[in-house]
Amino acid sequence: MRVSALGCTAVTALLLLAATACGGREENGAAATATGACQGQQTTGITATGIKLGGIYPLSGPASAYGDIPKGIKAYFDYVNAEKNGIGGRKVEFVVRDDGYQPPKAVEEARRLVEQEQVFALFQTLGTPSTTATWDYTNQRKVPQVFVATGASVWGSDKAHPWTIGWQPNYISEARVYAQYLKEERPDAKVAVLYQNDDFGDDLLGGFKKAIEGSGIQVVAEQSYEVSDPSVDPQMRNLAQSDADVLLNVTTPKFGSQALAADARNTGWNPLHIVNNVAASITVLQPVGFENVQGVVSSTYYKDPNDPKWASDPEMTLYKAKMGQYAPDADPSIPYHAFGWAVASSFHKAMEAAKCPTREGLRDSMRNLQNVQVDMLLPGVTMNTGADDGFPIESMQLMEFKGERWELFGDVIDTRQEFGPVGE
Amino acid sequence: MSGSTEVTSKAASAETPGRGRAPGRAATVRWRWIVAALLLAAACYAPFQLVPFHVFQLSMVLVYAVALLGLNLLVGHAGQISLGHGAFFAVGAYTAAILLQRVELPYPLTLPVAAAVAFVLGLALGLPAMRLRGLYLALVTLAIAIFLVPLLKRFEPLTGGSMGLTLAKPAPPAWTGLAEDQWLYFLALAVAVAAFLLAHSLLRSRVGRALHAIRDNEAAAEVMGVRLSFYKTLAFAWSAMFAGAAGCVYTWVIGFVSPDSFVVTLSITLLAGLVVGGLGSFSGPILGGLFVMFVPGIAQDVNDAAPGVIFGLLIIAVMYVAPTGLAGLAGRVTRSIQKILRKE
Amino acid sequence: MVGFLQQIVEGLGAGAIYASLALALVLIYRFTGIVNFAQGEMAMFATYIAWQFTAAGVPFWLALVLTLALSFVGGMLIERVVIRPVEGAPELTVVIVTVGLFIFVNAAAGWIWTFLIKDFPNPFPAGAFEAGGLHVGYSTLGILAVVGLVMGLLYLLFQHTRIGLGMRAVAANPESARLVGIRVGWTLALGWGLAATVGAVSGILVAPLLFLEPNMMGGVLIYAFAAATLGGFDSPVGAVAGGLIVGVAETLAGAYVGFVGSDLKVGVPLVIILGVLLLRPQGLFGRAVVERA
Repeated sequence: MRVSALGCTAVTALLLLAATACGGREENGAAATATGACQGQQTTGITATGIKLGGIYPLSGPASAYGDIPKGIKAYFDYVNAEKNGIGGRKVEFVVRDDGYQPPKAVEEARRLVEQEQVFALFQTLGTPSTTATWDYTNQRKVPQVFVATGASVWGSDKAHPWTIGWQPNYISEARVYAQYLKEERPDAKVAVLYQNDDFGDDLLGGFKKAIEGSGIQVVAEQSYEVSDPSVDPQMRNLAQSDADVLLNVTTPKFGSQALAADARNTGWNPLHIVNNVAASITVLQPVGFENVQGVVSSTYYKDPNDPKWASDPEMTLYKAKMGQYAPDADPSIPYHAFGWAVASSFHKAMEAAKCPTREGLRDSMRNLQNVQVDMLLPGVTMNTGADDGFPIESMQLMEFKGERWELFGDVIDTRQEFGPVGE
Repeated sequence: MSGSTEVTSKAASAETPGRGRAPGRAATVRWRWIVAALLLAAACYAPFQLVPFHVFQLSMVLVYAVALLGLNLLVGHAGQISLGHGAFFAVGAYTAAILLQRVELPYPLTLPVAAAVAFVLGLALGLPAMRLRGLYLALVTLAIAIFLVPLLKRFEPLTGGSMGLTLAKPAPPAWTGLAEDQWLYFLALAVAVAAFLLAHSLLRSRVGRALHAIRDNEAAAEVMGVRLSFYKTLAFAWSAMFAGAAGCVYTWVIGFVSPDSFVVTLSITLLAGLVVGGLGSFSGPILGGLFVMFVPGIAQDVNDAAPGVIFGLLIIAVMYVAPTGLAGLAGRVTRSIQKILRKE
Repeated sequence: MVGFLQQIVEGLGAGAIYASLALALVLIYRFTGIVNFAQGEMAMFATYIAWQFTAAGVPFWLALVLTLALSFVGGMLIERVVIRPVEGAPELTVVIVTVGLFIFVNAAAGWIWTFLIKDFPNPFPAGAFEAGGLHVGYSTLGILAVVGLVMGLLYLLFQHTRIGLGMRAVAANPESARLVGIRVGWTLALGWGLAATVGAVSGILVAPLLFLEPNMMGGVLIYAFAAATLGGFDSPVGAVAGGLIVGVAETLAGAYVGFVGSDLKVGVPLVIILGVLLLRPQGLFGRAVVERA
């Protein structure tokens, strides 16, 4: 007697329809436009007193360690709202949704934020797959997709998606920093590479190979791993057999820890260990044991809350105080929070610089950043974009792990100057 | 395997009130079609009332429903378990994407090809897999689902590697006057209706009876002359085909495929959706699709980890108290209401 | 040559990890005749409990004992509360329940302990034993030793104790076992308790190498399944041999078969499972079962 079940399904479906149908098909406010100098530009999600942003992060599932980023962002906006009267008098409302690192879910959440929540802009989607899945949509709808949290180079080099822009140094730029460092320090280095078999690994490895072209440095061994692999120990063993004198560790946090630990265990092979920025968080190194990661090299672009160098830095003091005030449950020493704070204040600057308080205004502003200083970024690292340059941050500084923290060394390396623009 | 299964025995006992009353049964069948027609009418009306976001969500519900319909054929009707249906879903999605991208085939043609590829693959994998008992089949299908992701990355020239493939969505023909989301929704609806009709006629045929016999008692079925491996393989292939068709519609609706979209979680989510929706029932896949689509979003407001906790608990709870899932539960509720009404 | 031998050593190291979880799978199969998809997640959860103890300052060995005891009780509780209601139901139902348990335990661990990785103290000394250019990590040797010990204990339990006898009777035919006076319910609960304990040992062994996070055992599970299938689901010796073979095969295929490479080696367990099931379904060490309806 399936009829009743079917009937019940029908009733449920009808109820659902009725519940969601309120308001009908017409989108309220979708056609909101500005008047005056910015006439005809979209003003959805922004008023004289408020601005609504939406972010999509993996709060659940295997990549959910990154779910800490929005906590730092929220703390920043709460602070700006409460003490600085918002961004130019507009209080920021930041809606965070979870996609579990699944592209179809990211599409759904992007549509929810744009169509239902009526956000002004998507402020960060995390991960290359989720961002690739949504950027056609945001660009068709002409919704800014600002400072996406992935370092794929495609956000900056693509011409068909002007509404989407990255923020952090792209993986190719990062690879260039390491190449530059090796060229100076170890001009005839033999490099072994461990990399994640996805766009992130490909981009960084490809960028590195390109950057060492014509130098005495060569890649003598490369091993990839899958995120579903239980361990990278076998790959590390294979790399050890290459007798390379440099190990480039292109991994995400868990595998970064495994690789660092495997390197420490293997006393017969002691290469210079370079770990990429994604896995350079203190939360990755601590489980390995600080005594095992001395001398490891990485690079960064924002201030590490654990570095005593910034103990009296005004921005860092402010960050720590406001995190305690507005996000008391979050540990301010976790760099993901500082990342969130830095990207939120970058948005603050970009929004303030917009000529029109409209979506078009934000789009133009994020493509026209000139030497914008963000206090949470390292001194000397500024945001620069232009009509044909879609990479806000392309400078990084090298750091070495000493004692219980990273120590910066050398000058900030501007990869644009050293290598020219990142091209296809 | 001895005796009748608990799932089916409960389902059967739940169905008994409807039987034995011949005139009532005819009325039931008539009612069934009326309700289905009403549901379809509502489904056709919905996209003109809802905002595009909800239309999109309903399109995804239909996509999941088609995939669950296939899984239901295997799990609910043939009593075999698959932890790898996300793989066939992915094969359908990738077939459609590759045809659209590399061959530039018109999109309606991608559906039969995607379904056929999934069917053949299901047949090829089903041949060895179906010599196994249910338990081992679960292992094999799980291994397939895990293996698929690196395999998709390996053939980069074809599949776009880990960056995946981005595609243009099917544009609505001008004469319809529909918006893109509405058009995609109607495409999904058409495929879903066709899939349901196909599954319906399939189950009423010899195949359906053979499958039920296998599910209820393999040995007895064999004695009665049901060719076990033949029908089990066929059920596997059919269910793979439905999953492949669903994957194809998924590609139309989302316009993007990547290996990360089809990890093992998808296969497990599909199984969870089917179990909660209702094994072996017709409305189960629809309810399961609604569940897969809407519950994580609602649960997320409780806690970030809540969707997993709720999924897990619900699966276990459903297996205890309502092996027929939401569909069975819904049936029970309506019956008791009917009883009350009849008394008055 | 040294390179090749070193690969085999690496394979054995990986295989020991798979074998440790496969032992738990075999144990529960012997007791209850089902495959527990949640076994890896239960092991992960137990490891978190051990981590919680050590983080609270409890010495490692005491934490280990406490965790094993808790796992035993927890396993029995799970059988009583979660599995009991579907006892006697078809395999399909039980498998689905264990899949539900899998999802639930994984999410619950993420809820309680977050997804940030935790370091777990290594009971074995760091460094490696070296001979003739070969490196054999002390961790690997330690894991192999513990796995061998657990295997031996299980063998004794299965073959030379009353419990083992009763348990075999229950797995073979619950109704007849009940008739001859075996307390079937308690035997099943005991099976779950023991399997959870062995699983906890596995989790604690591998946590220092894999690093503790909720998905730690997810990648191991499929290899453990392949190991148990290869060795035979009812043989502890088979589980260990199967685990080692799977580990070595996977490592060698990744290193020497160009087409496989390190990205496709996860296909090795699939090939092994399929191959074994088609050629010798009872596994290398298992006994063929005659089915009765």
